[in-house]
Amino acid sequence: MDSCNCIEPQWPPDDLLMKYQYISDFFIALAYFSIPLELIYFVKKSAVFPYRWVLVQFGAFIVLCGATHLINLWTFTMHTRTVAMVMTTAKVFTAVVSCATALMLVHIIPDLLSAAELDREMGLIRTQEETGRHVRMLTHEIRSTLDRHTILKTTLVELGRTLALEECALWMPTRTGLELQLSYTLRQQNPVGYTVPIHLPVINQVFSSSHAVKISPNCPMARIRPAGKYMPGEVVAVRVPLLHLSNFQINDWPELSTKRYALMVLMLPSDSARQWHVHELELVEVVADQVAVALSHAAILEESMRARDLLMEQNVALDLARREAETAIRARNDFLAVMNHEMRTPMHAIIALSSLLQETELTPEQRLMVETILKSSNLLSTLINDVLDLSRLEDGSLQLDLGTFNLFAVFREVLNLIKPIASVKKLHVSLNLAPDLPEYAIGDEKRLMQTILNVVGNAVKFSKEGSISITAFVAKSELLRDSRTPEFFPVPSDNHFYLRVQVKDSGVGISPQDITKLFTKFAQTQSTATRNSGGSGLGLAICKRYTFSVHLVSISVIVVACWLQTNLYTGVFDFLAICLMFYLLYYVIRFVNLMEGHIWIESEGLGKGCTAIFMVKLGIPERLNEPKLPFMPKVPTNHGPTAFPGLKVLVMDENGVSRMVTKGLLVHLGCDVTMVSSSEECLHVVSHEHKVVFMDVCVPGMDGYEVAIRINEKFTKRHERPIIVALTGNTDKVTKENCMRVGMDGVILKPVSLDKMRSVLSDLLEHRVLFEAI
Amino acid sequence: MDLVQLQRQLVDYRTSLYHEGFLDEQFTQLQSLQDENNPDFVVEVVSLFFEDSERLLNELSKALEQQIIDFKRMDGQVHQLKGSSSSIGAHRVQKLCIVFRNYCEAQNVEGCLKCLQQVKHEYGIIKTKLESMFQLEQQILNAGGSIPV
Repeated sequence: MDSCNCIEPQWPPDDLLMKYQYISDFFIALAYFSIPLELIYFVKKSAVFPYRWVLVQFGAFIVLCGATHLINLWTFTMHTRTVAMVMTTAKVFTAVVSCATALMLVHIIPDLLSAAELDREMGLIRTQEETGRHVRMLTHEIRSTLDRHTILKTTLVELGRTLALEECALWMPTRTGLELQLSYTLRQQNPVGYTVPIHLPVINQVFSSSHAVKISPNCPMARIRPAGKYMPGEVVAVRVPLLHLSNFQINDWPELSTKRYALMVLMLPSDSARQWHVHELELVEVVADQVAVALSHAAILEESMRARDLLMEQNVALDLARREAETAIRARNDFLAVMNHEMRTPMHAIIALSSLLQETELTPEQRLMVETILKSSNLLSTLINDVLDLSRLEDGSLQLDLGTFNLFAVFREVLNLIKPIASVKKLHVSLNLAPDLPEYAIGDEKRLMQTILNVVGNAVKFSKEGSISITAFVAKSELLRDSRTPEFFPVPSDNHFYLRVQVKDSGVGISPQDITKLFTKFAQTQSTATRNSGGSGLGLAICKRYTFSVHLVSISVIVVACWLQTNLYTGVFDFLAICLMFYLLYYVIRFVNLMEGHIWIESEGLGKGCTAIFMVKLGIPERLNEPKLPFMPKVPTNHGPTAFPGLKVLVMDENGVSRMVTKGLLVHLGCDVTMVSSSEECLHVVSHEHKVVFMDVCVPGMDGYEVAIRINEKFTKRHERPIIVALTGNTDKVTKENCMRVGMDGVILKPVSLDKMRSVLSDLLEHRVLFEAI
Repeated sequence: MDLVQLQRQLVDYRTSLYHEGFLDEQFTQLQSLQDENNPDFVVEVVSLFFEDSERLLNELSKALEQQIIDFKRMDGQVHQLKGSSSSIGAHRVQKLCIVFRNYCEAQNVEGCLKCLQQVKHEYGIIKTKLESMFQLEQQILNAGGSIPV
């Protein structure tokens, strides 16, 4: 036993403790060897494991530990020194590796832990992304329809599904705005009449924040689910802004501060340990906003549909109205056509019988009356002819019968017509025609006479006593702009003038306020004076409704009425006459408008009489030295080249070239031409031998007019004076007027052609007058 | 060149002047005034026009160079030029004169200067054209032909 190098264990191997140690060591070794195998197996399964070499190290450590315990098994019995050596080596190695591993793990373990945390966070992100996907899908569902109910229902359903809610409800504000009413829920199909007042503090809290707010499960909005649950889940409420469109006005978007809100309440399932996560709250807020937008779209669509329907209805109504109006117009025209014929027949009778009456024996008074009747009937028959013109007048297609007439004669005629009536009423009528009033004018004679007659007749009617004065003059431009009639801006031109006629009476007068009423609406003047005279101020607007059939009999009736006024029947005829006079006035106004004029009434007040003033535009016939010669007849120019042999002509022109051309023209025509280039020279040279003097008047600074005047002075006898013709490049009327004024015989526009010169000369010599040749 | 060709050339040239608006019918009138009693009427009138216009244009240029421009006087001169040009039928010059007068009335110096340049330019053109036309006529006459109307 001493010769072997064996090591004896301390304890005998048959000891029970030793036996247990033996068995434990065996199993430990087994386990230690299997751990690395497992590790290798699972690491091989996972593709990504960053710490392989740590694993190797750990594996080595485990293997060595196992080896140690395995070798320990042999040390329980007697064993050789070699075994002991092996054991020791193994133990040493194990110690080294395990210390190294321990040191390594200090670095490795924190990393491993954070990796685990990352894993958890990844899971969280995945849930959030999942939620986001839900939101997008939800939004898509909500926005895919424009129907309010569908939108809200879909919202609740989808929210319920996404967040796994127990109950989800929407409370809408009532019409009064004082309460919130339960409108939609998820679980219950038809929510019935739950309301909460809107001014609860918790509701205000929710409405004032744009975030989802956690509310207590005990508040009234959250009590809609069946009670008796053990532990109610958390409740969240969020506001949904509503767009309130009462009228559809794009430009008038309602103020955000007066927004109305609905309330959405979401409840987590009871008896679950779930809490509201931040991302879920965000989801809810986003959904609430989307719902608000979708609802507003739906509201706008509803409004626009409503507006479109309204428009269609209006269109239909308008169409109907138009067709009715057309029918009415047609009916009126037919009526007028018939009445026209019906009225001509009696008219014929009146005219014919009046003329016959004229032929019989009559007292002077009677004769005057009959003549008046005849004249009035003639006027009346003109009116009848105009019956159909009413529609033409209103359409604006009535044409005036323009012609040259004697203005003075018109006034005299009016005077003659009115004098008998006036003398019966003991009214004095005076006529004043301004000296500058042209004797002849171009216009519609008949209608002008009607107008004047009406206005004068009006004046006669309203005066019980006193005098009527008729003044007529040419309206000057300063006076044309009347402050009383700012909308009337007549511009007199050289072809037209404005005739202004003032008819002043000394009758009851009209107060200034009533004047405007007179022309605008039906109004009763309040004064007793007017009431006594039985009149009422009839608005002319109302006149428009009455047809011409009324107008037709009016003149005769007025005439007769005035005459009858002295009898007992005063009141009735008065009233009738006044009424009808105003109807006529309407006619007058329309014609005055047609004549591009204006009519108005002035009065200083009640009892001071009133003045009717009207202005009409009349044309000026061509002014001539000899009256009654409006146009020059065109003389055929068939003369030979030397039409005027030896005719002595004087040409005055400052411009050398044009002088030469004029001379050339005249020489070609055979004249004997003297040329001068200044006014002094002209005056010096001119003599009775010169038959014609041509002078250029458009040179600024040289007064051809002056020369003409001087020439006129120089030659007292008209037949000795040469014919003076102005040559001018100006076509304006001022030049022409000036020429006429200084006594020139004609005006020619430069440049003058040969034919024109020829014709001018022949005209001049034939007639000794030429107005103008363009 | 052949007489017939010359005459045809003259006719074409004259027609072109009318077409392009350099001359108007007043010039035709002038030509109709020329007869055996007055054989050089047109040339005389046109020469007078040239003298007149050159004088006027010079005066106008001088007037516009002054410190204080006498628009009234200028207006009178332009009026003269207008009258002359209208008398012989220098259409374009006449039209420009009307524009010139407007500028004078408005006392617009730049407008006047610009217009004066244009008038001078147009005047130059019409002068050249008329002179070439007269040369052509002279050539025809020298060749023994008569001037076509």
